[in-house]
Amino acid sequence: MSYHPNNVSRRATVARALLVVGFLALTSQFFRAQVVRNKEYLARAEQNRFREVPLAAPRGIIYDRNGRIIAENLPGYAVSLLSPTADSLRSAMRRLSNVIPITEDQVEAAVRRWRKNPTRPAVILPDAPFDVVAVLEERRVEHPNLLIQSTPKRYYPDGPAVASFVGYTGEVTERELADTTRTDYKPGQQIGKGGLERSYEEQLRGKEGVRYVEVDARGRVVRDAGARAEVPPEAAKPLRTNIDMDLQQFVVTLLGDTLRAGVVAIDPNDGAVLALHSAPTYDPNRFVGGIPADYWRELNTDPRRPLYNKVIQGRYPPASTWKLATSAMAMEAGLVQLDDHMPQPCTGGYRYGRYFRCWLHSGHGDINLRQAIEQSCDVYFYQVGLKLGLSRMVAGGLKLKMRERSGVDLPNETQPQFPPDAQNYFNERYGTRGWVPGSVALNLSIGQGENAQTLINMARFYTALATDGKAARPEIVSRNPERVQIMNLTEEQMTGLRLAMAGVVSSRGTANSARVEGITVAGKTGTAQNPPNPDHAWFMGFAPAEKPRIVVGVFVEYGEHGYVAARIATKVMERYLKAATAPVVTTE
Amino acid sequence: MTRRIPDIPLVLIALTLSVFGIAMVYSAGQTDTPTFVTTLWRTQAGWFAIAVCAAFAASRASVRLLDWLTPFAYVLTLLMLILTLAIGSGAGTAASSKSWLVIAGVRIGQPAELAKLTVVLMLARVLANRREPPESLLELWHPALVVGIPWVLIMLQPDLGTGIVFIGIFFAMLFWSGVNWRLLLLIASPAISLVLAFSTRLWGAWFLLLLVLVWLYRPYLVEGIVLVCINVVTGVVAPILWEKLAPYQQKRLLVFLDPSIDAKASGYHVIQSQVAIGSGGWFGKGFTLGTQKRLNFVPEQQTDFIFAIVGEELGFIGVTLALTLFLALFMRAIRISSRANDPYASLIAFGLLASWLVHVIENVGMTLNLMPITGIPLPFFSYGGSFMLASWLSVGVLMRISREGRGRGELTAI
Repeated sequence: MSYHPNNVSRRATVARALLVVGFLALTSQFFRAQVVRNKEYLARAEQNRFREVPLAAPRGIIYDRNGRIIAENLPGYAVSLLSPTADSLRSAMRRLSNVIPITEDQVEAAVRRWRKNPTRPAVILPDAPFDVVAVLEERRVEHPNLLIQSTPKRYYPDGPAVASFVGYTGEVTERELADTTRTDYKPGQQIGKGGLERSYEEQLRGKEGVRYVEVDARGRVVRDAGARAEVPPEAAKPLRTNIDMDLQQFVVTLLGDTLRAGVVAIDPNDGAVLALHSAPTYDPNRFVGGIPADYWRELNTDPRRPLYNKVIQGRYPPASTWKLATSAMAMEAGLVQLDDHMPQPCTGGYRYGRYFRCWLHSGHGDINLRQAIEQSCDVYFYQVGLKLGLSRMVAGGLKLKMRERSGVDLPNETQPQFPPDAQNYFNERYGTRGWVPGSVALNLSIGQGENAQTLINMARFYTALATDGKAARPEIVSRNPERVQIMNLTEEQMTGLRLAMAGVVSSRGTANSARVEGITVAGKTGTAQNPPNPDHAWFMGFAPAEKPRIVVGVFVEYGEHGYVAARIATKVMERYLKAATAPVVTTE
Repeated sequence: MTRRIPDIPLVLIALTLSVFGIAMVYSAGQTDTPTFVTTLWRTQAGWFAIAVCAAFAASRASVRLLDWLTPFAYVLTLLMLILTLAIGSGAGTAASSKSWLVIAGVRIGQPAELAKLTVVLMLARVLANRREPPESLLELWHPALVVGIPWVLIMLQPDLGTGIVFIGIFFAMLFWSGVNWRLLLLIASPAISLVLAFSTRLWGAWFLLLLVLVWLYRPYLVEGIVLVCINVVTGVVAPILWEKLAPYQQKRLLVFLDPSIDAKASGYHVIQSQVAIGSGGWFGKGFTLGTQKRLNFVPEQQTDFIFAIVGEELGFIGVTLALTLFLALFMRAIRISSRANDPYASLIAFGLLASWLVHVIENVGMTLNLMPITGIPLPFFSYGGSFMLASWLSVGVLMRISREGRGRGELTAI
């Protein structure tokens, strides 16, 4: 070794320089990580140790027009587990199944929720009964990753009475999660599934809060609360509806559980839906937090189809309730006025190619339009239909919005069936030579043929009859009332039509038996042929006839005669109008 | 002049580092779910006491005595390494390797730790006996053998970390003995070829540089040809060698290049260590308060990754302080080395410094993924009795060299 002091000191200098360079290089790397990229690493360290535990927001309370509760929230309990892996979730649930009942299906459901969002606690019991919660609370120490949270649970005090419009809530499904238009939903959350709950989901859901728990590297919860400030959930604003719960309850009681019927009551002046019910009904409270399989099966196999809404989904031939549409078209075209007679008096039928029957086989004789409406004479309307012709009748129906949805604020409303035009539609359907425009016009004139309407859309049409020819869009929750002019008749003509309809519910008319003491009811019965089954019964009407405040539509499947529906309708009107003049205080 | 405590600055730096280290071992035990680590700091403090006593005892032994003892110690080390290969066992994370000497079920220690010291002594003896530094590859066979035999024995365990330390010691001591830097580069060339072989373009560039070096340095003709041939061979063999590596070894190297390729398993340690350090910021989260450590995200927090706790809890300031202490220690060692009485003592001092330096760079670099993960401890910090003892024995030897060297010409105040 060369050990001359000069050599040594030169090498020492080199060594010192290298050391300092190395030191600076290393320090600069630490500076980069700790100072420059500090935020990024800090966020990752926080992400490592915090797990978000969602705090469900109470859904908005739904009120009726008088402040009566339609939907509210009850305290419930949700149990969830924080797990680092699907396997640990499974084994934790197996261990829990020794103390509380847990099925294999529940385990798999929880694993599916976990897979969707592994950092979020997987809900294992969305709605745990109190005794289960009590058992779990006792064993909390053995299961540090178990989270028991009080969660608002949806409750409908009137249950089956409001099922037809309120809908229900349930856990968001995988398909709903896949929906790109609503990206902010997470597995385990509740979402409105039908009715108002779905229509007004955005408004009703509120804003989920969050609380943090601290976990260690193995995913075990080491600190439950206070790890980081929590964000409290924001309750949604209440939703006020136009529904009159007193009337709604009345309708429900009236229909009972045996009829298969739909009833809708609307204020013709602004379209406010006062009552809407489809019978038979179901209990939406049993749907909340998962529909029990046996209940679901029961509802789906019931031949009366409780889940099929007869007000907004059912489509039926409007039958004689349509005669007002035919009348309005003919009057607006200036072809027929209320006092006009038809060339051929009613002898119980009319020959046009084949023999078209009137429902009254003995015949109505020579009558004018007013009488034809009162007594629902088919032969008279056959001739009106021929006068109008098919194209004018189709165009008129379209103008009356008989091919459009009513626009009620409920999901799943069916579009009515009505020919879009007077030619191509029939050509395509029957072939160019397979149909005769006159026969089609004859059928259409009395509400049969290629025409199937929903009860709610017919009710919208009748709001125009009840007022100045403007149809009001039905609204369960007032948005901005929308009324569209669909008829252009004079004041005089409108009054005349209403008087004719008042005649229907009089000793002269078809709804004689539905008269109400002290109130002039105007309306029209309908009996839709439904071979080989019994006919369907319709009644569309309003009261008081002089200045209508309520339009009621009633449809009874297999009701056989229009007056069956009329009796229900007039009782509903009576209840509403008499309660309104002398308000009944409903305190429960 | 005889002082009770020779070289007070050296002792003070080592003491500060040890206390700092024990504090970090204490902090490593402060986790939310207490483990066996919680009480380790007491054991470490006990070892520290023993180690300091041992250091003072060692400082009593003259350099001459060391010189005399060196061959025996070296041979003993080799025997122990062979014995370890025969009956050794693994421990902790390296359970499958054979690095611990176990007799009757009791773990005696890691002979590799002793080897670091004896190899330095033996290499110093071999290099000091030469009048001139080795000037050709041929002249290097003796020093290479001194390091090579224990190196092979250790790589057979296998203990890559200690292997790297030996290589560091070898080069550093050659440098200190005055070997030309170009020769050092030539010695290192096969290894460099090995690494660069994975990119044909890089390897080509390196090969051209090598030819220039060979021409510049003009070693013996045969040597030059052999060297170039070896480089070509390693370049060709490297991919084959890669195939021969155990999957976990391949993975370690790949993960070093990009930890995120295996974020859940192999890369996990590095990533969590980086997160811990990075989240420390300027001043850290506070002593014992590191969340990554408390919640067990930092692996091996009391041994290999203890520096991550320094970074997380004491921040950039704490890291700089620790690194500055190490720098001060190394500067002091260079001073001792350059003032030593004779070449043998001087080389020992520099060898001990090199050993520490490689440990620090590798261990600290590993926590930030600047170095591949090898289970190599941080002197004075990492938990472990024999390592603490070895570190302080080195301090003791340096104390002695410092004391003997003080009489030399340029005596100035410390």
